[in-house]
Amino acid sequence: MVYLDNNATTPIDRRVYEAMSPYLFEKFGNPSTLYSIGAEARAAVEEARKRVADLVGARPDEIVFTGCGSESDNMALKGVAFAHMERGKHIIVSSIEHHAVLNTAAYLEKIGFEVTYLPVDRYGMVDPDDLRRAIRSDTVLVSIMLANNEIGTIQPVKELCSVSHEKGVLFHTDAVQAAGKLKIDVEELGVDLLSLSAHKIYGPKGVGALYIRKGTKIHPLIHGGHQERGRRAGTENVAGIVGFGKAAEIALQEMEEEAVRIAELRDRLEMGILERIEDVIVNGHPERRLPNTTNISFCYIEGEAIILKLASRGIYASTGSACSSDTLEPSHVLMAIGLSPEVGHGSVRFSLGKFNTADDVDRTLEVLPEVVSNLREMSPFWRRKNVQR
Amino acid sequence: MYSDKVIEHFMHPRNVGKIEDADGVGKVGNPVCGDVMWIYIKVKDGKIVDCRFETFGCAAAIASSSVTTEMIKGKTIEEALKITNKAVAEALGGLPPQKMHCSLLAEQGIKAAIEDYMRRRKKGEEKGA
Repeated sequence: MVYLDNNATTPIDRRVYEAMSPYLFEKFGNPSTLYSIGAEARAAVEEARKRVADLVGARPDEIVFTGCGSESDNMALKGVAFAHMERGKHIIVSSIEHHAVLNTAAYLEKIGFEVTYLPVDRYGMVDPDDLRRAIRSDTVLVSIMLANNEIGTIQPVKELCSVSHEKGVLFHTDAVQAAGKLKIDVEELGVDLLSLSAHKIYGPKGVGALYIRKGTKIHPLIHGGHQERGRRAGTENVAGIVGFGKAAEIALQEMEEEAVRIAELRDRLEMGILERIEDVIVNGHPERRLPNTTNISFCYIEGEAIILKLASRGIYASTGSACSSDTLEPSHVLMAIGLSPEVGHGSVRFSLGKFNTADDVDRTLEVLPEVVSNLREMSPFWRRKNVQR
Repeated sequence: MYSDKVIEHFMHPRNVGKIEDADGVGKVGNPVCGDVMWIYIKVKDGKIVDCRFETFGCAAAIASSSVTTEMIKGKTIEEALKITNKAVAEALGGLPPQKMHCSLLAEQGIKAAIEDYMRRRKKGEEKGA
């Protein structure tokens, strides 16, 4: 199996599994209880909190554990919007955010907030001047992702955040896709809120975190017990949180070296595709891009067909063609960077991870040209294009 | 998500390509939506003797094209016009709800090809007369 869909999810690191497993069995206690197995679990959660905080340069008490990255995004947007609605009801997001942000913003619009969607250039970059112009006296939050999950483009978050702060507006960034791939320091970036997810960094599914800068006014989404200092009620997912902590610790130790190795593999894949297959377009920023991601449009054919043909040969990637969704439109990210719908439909995302090898890349380069030419032979546009030449 | 039949037709599509001297061509779909289907037919004595397709689209679109060409080969024009998208989907062992439009495209493709054939024949008769 060649797994090139690490932006979708990653397999758990064995060391993470080993760290988690005692908390599923003998150390199963509820952290809120007084006796020893409860205290043990509580200590483990606090240790994990410290490790996740270290991954982003935060203080442990600024980390709230959640159920997933989407919950973190929901909490950031709704929690800040609800806590500041007396001051204003305007929110700004980029047009290429993950649906966890976009659909939360759309929900807030439905209940009376106003949302401005910032455009991006052809590489997927938000212009800080656009943000400056969009901020109003009633703006309460700006949310712009650190790195895009589909095309890998890295936003100038430090700059965007300072534009936001000049006008006294809180800034959230969705760092779910950036974490473990880029060095993140909340002090350097200046952000007030930052979303994370464990399963993108070789941790378990079902656990995320939201960094909330000390002093930031925010409402909880889940009311109940006093867990997470009253900011997120519900018995902690102890094993998941421990796994997240271990995954964060490993990421911090290994990220720098891994990023270089993975970028080399990614470049080898991308160059190899450009050499072997004609009429392809690389999407995303040429330099300011996640080291593991390449998003490529194969003109004249459709992405889902490419993905299924690759899968039948044991190669797993994903597509921005949404022929399977109700809208029939390709991904909002590819549309926002200005691709035509036909080209957008032919896009495939390859996202590498720490378990990929040069052999995986070479195998993909062996199979892919055959898959593409096979589908192109079926396409009316391919033949017409060749006739026109 | 797909039936074995869909996957089988997608992996090994029948009747791919163009018919150079086709008697009718149906071009349906919209690249914006991610599906375009061109159906070519060859007609002899009111019967479809050959049928081929070219398709830009997902697995369901390719499988729908493939199974449709199989279904209409050997049929009379009247019989072919009766093929519905439901019949196409059934022949594929069913399609997911969000992919039913692919079978509809196939139905429209056959109809468009037959209309084109009728139009050409009428023109031919007018010329002959």
